[in-house]
Amino acid sequence: MLGREIRNSEQELQQFHVRVGVAGVAVLVAFALLAARFLYLQVLQHDVYSAKAEDNRISVVPVAPNRGLIVDRNGVVVARNYLGYTLEIFPKRVGNLERTIDELSEYVDITNRDRLRFRKLLQETRNAESLPIKNRLSDEEVAKFAANRFRFEGVEIKGRLFRQYPFGDVGSHVLGYLGRINTEDQAKLEESGVGANYRGTDYIGKAGVEAQYESELHGVTGFEQVEIDAAGRGIRTLSSTPSQPGSNLTLTLDMRLQQVAEVAFGDRRGALVAIDPANGGVLALVSKPGFDPNLFVDGIDPQYWAELNGSIDKPLNNRAISGLYPPGSTIKPYLALAALETGKRKPSSTIFDPGYFDFGGRRFRDDKKGGHGVVDLYKSITESCDTYYYHLANDMGIEAIARFLGPFGFGSRSGIDLAGEFAGVLPSPEWKLKRFKTPAQQKWYPGETISIGIGQGYHSYTPLQLAQALAMLADLGHMYRPRLAAHIDNPRTGEQREIPAELIQTVNLKRENVDFVKRAMAGVIKEGTAARAFAGVSYTVGGKTGTAQVIAMKQGEKYEEAKVAERHRDHSLFIAFAPVESPRIALAVVVENGGFGARAAAPLARTVLDYFMLGKVPPGMEQATPEDDAAAGDEDESD
Amino acid sequence: MELARLPLSQRIGRRLAEGIDSTLLVLMLSLSMLGLLALFSASYDQPSRVVSQLMNLGVALAAMWLVAQVPPQTMTRFAVPAYIVGVILLLAVWRFGDVVNGARRWLHVGVTRFQPSEMMKLALPMMLAWYFHKHETALKLRNFAVASLLLVVPLALIAHEPDLGTAALVGAAGFYVIFFAGLSWRVLGTLFGLGLAALPIVWGFLHGYQRRRVLTLLDPSTDPLGAGYHIIQSTIAVGSGGLWGKGWLNGTQAHLEFIPERHTDFIFAVFSEEFGLIGNMVLIVLYSLLVARGLVIAANAATVFARLLAGAISLMFFTYAFVNMGMVSGILPVVGVPLPFLSYGGTALLTLFIGAGILMSVHRYRKLVQT
Repeated sequence: MLGREIRNSEQELQQFHVRVGVAGVAVLVAFALLAARFLYLQVLQHDVYSAKAEDNRISVVPVAPNRGLIVDRNGVVVARNYLGYTLEIFPKRVGNLERTIDELSEYVDITNRDRLRFRKLLQETRNAESLPIKNRLSDEEVAKFAANRFRFEGVEIKGRLFRQYPFGDVGSHVLGYLGRINTEDQAKLEESGVGANYRGTDYIGKAGVEAQYESELHGVTGFEQVEIDAAGRGIRTLSSTPSQPGSNLTLTLDMRLQQVAEVAFGDRRGALVAIDPANGGVLALVSKPGFDPNLFVDGIDPQYWAELNGSIDKPLNNRAISGLYPPGSTIKPYLALAALETGKRKPSSTIFDPGYFDFGGRRFRDDKKGGHGVVDLYKSITESCDTYYYHLANDMGIEAIARFLGPFGFGSRSGIDLAGEFAGVLPSPEWKLKRFKTPAQQKWYPGETISIGIGQGYHSYTPLQLAQALAMLADLGHMYRPRLAAHIDNPRTGEQREIPAELIQTVNLKRENVDFVKRAMAGVIKEGTAARAFAGVSYTVGGKTGTAQVIAMKQGEKYEEAKVAERHRDHSLFIAFAPVESPRIALAVVVENGGFGARAAAPLARTVLDYFMLGKVPPGMEQATPEDDAAAGDEDESD
Repeated sequence: MELARLPLSQRIGRRLAEGIDSTLLVLMLSLSMLGLLALFSASYDQPSRVVSQLMNLGVALAAMWLVAQVPPQTMTRFAVPAYIVGVILLLAVWRFGDVVNGARRWLHVGVTRFQPSEMMKLALPMMLAWYFHKHETALKLRNFAVASLLLVVPLALIAHEPDLGTAALVGAAGFYVIFFAGLSWRVLGTLFGLGLAALPIVWGFLHGYQRRRVLTLLDPSTDPLGAGYHIIQSTIAVGSGGLWGKGWLNGTQAHLEFIPERHTDFIFAVFSEEFGLIGNMVLIVLYSLLVARGLVIAANAATVFARLLAGAISLMFFTYAFVNMGMVSGILPVVGVPLPFLSYGGTALLTLFIGAGILMSVHRYRKLVQT
């Protein structure tokens, strides 16, 4: 046994020696192969490569394409380019950066802000050839620097196109902004295989449609063959393949409508989404507060960035697609429709509302003390009677409610062409099962169904979902994917690519039921909760007010606005469509901490609809036409 | 006794030299010196690189010395824990790693971060060598299957990052152990055939950029601004070097910034342009001697573990050198493999010197069994 093992070991060792020999031979063969390759390149083909190296006095310089314009549905330009001169430093060619900048400031006005921004750029973008120390030089500064240029090795003036947003912070969340390509962007570009096309490009869409349609807007980089001297400086251009400009993007957005809505918001926080029910085109998408995208273009300075990021108002969040709010009473029209469609209620069925609904030992209160008295379905919507919907929710049950609301897009992403959309929550027993861990939390309690009836409880939706559901109701159950892009035009070939309306789903609804709900919503405007906000309106509108609790009230506790801190006040909601007969617009408004829906959100919707239907421009907007003033969005360089 | 009579400085010298294989050390230091020359030329814009590479070299030498003091028997005990830790770290990368340049390769540890795949370059061959060592007496095909499994797990994790270059290198190291352990030629042949047949399937799994790199190798002119540019320019650098080279610090390709990554993966282009075919031959001879010395050490090793590990490490040196020079001279696709001992970078240098330390330890304790 032992003997055999030793023999085995010897055999193995011998085998190992054979293998080592084989490996050695393989190594030699491989190295010989390499040597042959070197011989071929360095001796046989030496002349060819020598000539090529000599020719390598010719450098391939990328020529960045012009970025496509963005215009609204009426052709109003909302993002464009303009030529500006920048003072650029080539960090690798400059010995002492700080001293060079100090010396430069004798000729060019370099603020502390410029320095901070430059330092940030230097950190963020490794391997960048040159970085701007000062943007938008004046003619005088250009002349001064040019006269002293010989003193500054590694500093040059460059003419380059800057992105500019003439409307400033209007529509900032739709448009997004451009920013310098950072290491992370670079990696993404390399991975998707377009890294080469971005040589020579410094900026890339970081948010909004600028990011969403980056590949269309960017264009194709061209290149020039430039003869360079021994120090690597360009002498003359030998040949060039021109760049191809990016495509122009036309939005479904109406920039004037957007502006009206944003002016109407003033300093209040919130969101508004307006959709064309016939095709899903987004007419306005507001999220307040916004930001000025022009400030991002040159590399944002750290101070402003910190302000934007640190603000409790979260101006960088797009509330329209990622803000989640309980729908409050704006859910009632859908529940009324559900009741009609499922046969749980007839228009004529009434209840008596004493001002509360008792269920499982708990008292659910109506807003109106003493109740609404005898309430039918029509009145339940116009007067927004909570008790009616407590009953209804209890009769229908959570499963049926969730089953009906789901197809309206509640609780699922709409698929709008913007990044960062949230799905929200459509409450149901299945959702609870998935959301929570312990069996006690996972159980659906019948009491929870009651508050679902008035749009409280676990409901939470984006303003976009509220607008999309309304558009679907207005268009008899047809749901289109909301979209911001209408068409994309290639300026070189003249080719126009339509972004077609995309019908996602159709829910079969009885026309008479839909008409009833629409009539009741028109009643909200004429004689109901929004009658005051819409007094004297000359077109037909259907709407519904809503109030969403921010903090939960204890049983029996009464909500008193004056006593509640500003940020804990109720959100004010309103949904509306117009005209009632053949709706051309469906919108949802949320005013954060605005109180009752009728007070803040409904008048705001009125302003927007007045402009849309009648062209009525609200006061305070006339002077806000930035069209001719190229410096409108310029950064304030004075400090 | 005799030692005690020597002056202190010499005693320290003796102690330091103990266990150090001078042949290996001289070869490695020669290569490193050539690397510093090329690096100095490539770093005209940032001379501090040379200093920091010298420091890397110091650290690597210290690590080598330490490892060389550890007997292979002790290393055997580290094989399994090192492998398991490596796999856990790779899993951690998969779950929580940092994404850099589109791949998830890095793991944060306190203030610093590192690539666990680098550790696997040595941990995997150690593990496999340990496994074959344990089943030394009766190796069956089943053992090879288990070994393949041990090989495939970390390999798949690294390939998934994705880092196909490192995956291929780690895979090669593991394969060398299996090869030296005596997997039969018939099975090897079958595997080779299967591998060829599987190429179209592998193609399907490649990322877009990886496919492009392969296609670019076949015709670099299709991508003059991207990856093809690397190949075109580095080939020009090598070819224009000619027989004698353009002379140190005279390489136009390198100095006019035509060579991308000229400190790291493409340093061979700088070297080759300035020192020509003669320089390249010196390099190849040095590498061949290094590999040969390693194989000789493997052949004389005391235990199965030691000889398998030493053999695999020797062939790893060869593989890195061959793949890098092949890539720069345009016969292999561009993968992120540094040129051993020449490329700038501390981690790669550390791995190489630790590998050399293992070889030295194997050599030092070669006679144990024969006594």
